[in-house]
Amino acid sequence: MSPVPAAPQATRPRPRAPEAAPPPRPPRRSRPADLWPYLLIAPTLAGTAYLLVYPLVRSVVISFQHFRLGELIRGGAEFAGFDNYAEVLGGAEFWTVVRRTLVWTAVNVVLITLIATLIALMLPRLGRWMRLTVMSGMVLTWATPVLAATTIFQWLFQSRLGVVNWLLVTLGFDSFKDYTWFADGDSTFVILVALVVWQSVPFAALTLYAGLTTVPAELYESARIDGATGLQIFRSVTFPILRPLFGLVTSLEVIWVFKCFAQIWAISKGGPDEATTTLPVYAFQIAQSLHKYDLGSAVSTLTVLILIAVLITHLRRMLKHEGEQL
Amino acid sequence: MRPRRVLLNLAALGVLVVSVFPVYWMVLTAFKPTTDILSETPGFWPAHPTLEHFTTAVGTPGFWTFWGNSLSITVGAVLLALVVALLAAFAVARMRWRGRRAFILMVFIAQMAPWEALLVSMYIVARDTNMLDKLSMLTLIYFMATLPFTIVTLRGFIAAIPPELEEAAQMDGCSRAAAFRRVVLPLLAPGLMSTSLFGFITAWNEFAFANALIIKNQDDRTLPVWLSSFSNVFGTDWGATMAAATLFMLPVLAIFLVLQRRVTSGLIAGAVKG
Repeated sequence: MSPVPAAPQATRPRPRAPEAAPPPRPPRRSRPADLWPYLLIAPTLAGTAYLLVYPLVRSVVISFQHFRLGELIRGGAEFAGFDNYAEVLGGAEFWTVVRRTLVWTAVNVVLITLIATLIALMLPRLGRWMRLTVMSGMVLTWATPVLAATTIFQWLFQSRLGVVNWLLVTLGFDSFKDYTWFADGDSTFVILVALVVWQSVPFAALTLYAGLTTVPAELYESARIDGATGLQIFRSVTFPILRPLFGLVTSLEVIWVFKCFAQIWAISKGGPDEATTTLPVYAFQIAQSLHKYDLGSAVSTLTVLILIAVLITHLRRMLKHEGEQL
Repeated sequence: MRPRRVLLNLAALGVLVVSVFPVYWMVLTAFKPTTDILSETPGFWPAHPTLEHFTTAVGTPGFWTFWGNSLSITVGAVLLALVVALLAAFAVARMRWRGRRAFILMVFIAQMAPWEALLVSMYIVARDTNMLDKLSMLTLIYFMATLPFTIVTLRGFIAAIPPELEEAAQMDGCSRAAAFRRVVLPLLAPGLMSTSLFGFITAWNEFAFANALIIKNQDDRTLPVWLSSFSNVFGTDWGATMAAATLFMLPVLAIFLVLQRRVTSGLIAGAVKG
């Protein structure tokens, strides 16, 4: 690892020079030959090279090799061309997992965006006290560590003592008495969605709310004077102005949900009956429990490619937007 | 007008309950005696509060070791990311140089890095560089995982501070570094706070790498990994499990309660600018 450069040196305050003529104005932009910027970004580059680029390249290389437990211990992996990809892409299981991952991502992101938008629109209409309370509650949710939240949800949905089953039975849904949520694939999937949505809404809602506060009030007023309904105002005023922000939030959520691993692994390890095996979980299963590191790397590489394909249009728009700021 | 107000407040109340209840339920369970936890009808307030579950959780072999591991890794990663990001963010926000655009692009791409997809190769890289089963490897990974976000956010904060302030300080005889330290750094405090909080949460939370890279030396596990195996340790002792989860959440919660307002506004500002 690269050495960490020292923080900017502190110097003692120098007494102000008593001369009359002001010193020459320091150049606003650094000289072209200046080495400073490159020194300043050197640690970032070193870290990225060792901890991101190298593992990424290594992963891609392994995906083209025969790399199982033996090669891991002894070394000397041989190149196998596209064999691993052929094996992964040729299996029916991979495509099932891909479809499931896309469904998982779509369900979560749609729910998150929808709920977050509704909350963001609700917040400015609340009284000051209520607004602060709701925001604090959401910050609490957001601050709950992933593994703590996972444990809590396991407890909430516990079959015999879980408060959710108690509530459902009390409300008259008697079939939920002692219902074992984690024994069934679909209901485990539902709980994982609930967990991820619960954890993700606060960030999205608070970000969108922050964006809403930047929309000039006059725009709303003139729209209202023109007789627009709430939905019309949202469609023709709010959304177009906040389109980049909506894009940013949804794409971040797509990335996070697509890559989501800890919650699924801690709750179900991809089960029961593979019902919650998404791509990252699948890659890890193959590598960790089957010691097929080459196939695991091939799945990881394909995961990244699929994610890029999903995001590409949006990515382009975002870079263009950033380009205007540079 | 009236019924709309009522409806709105009801909706707000609903959001509040859904946000807060799971966490409340965790803390409540942690304080309930086992007989109350096992009762058919759940109690919604602490009728007979007890500390027995916390004693059980803390008394588990290695609890403090795992706690310490998590804390040192997290603090190390956050500090490293702050220093490295501050340097890079300054170079990006205040200087013009060849390759600047490419660098910013790299940071944006790194922010979307498929970390979980790197589990396998990170294991191999760690092994090849003799870093397997080492907490320092986790520190480095968490540092890298939070670095891009930290750079992007700090760049936004630095760009929002007028360069004229620094120039004025330099005219008054400060060196460039001193001008940065005395003028920019204090104005940057909220940004530093919110970004380090983000880093703290990310690192404190991280499970996948800690689970995959610490294998032989079980004393070097972190709290999330330990917590995920807690049900195996205690079977169905939900009181102790919830006490452990509460203790796990405590540092993050404490920081949040102290800094809440500033952190929220800081994060929001960063998100909008970022």
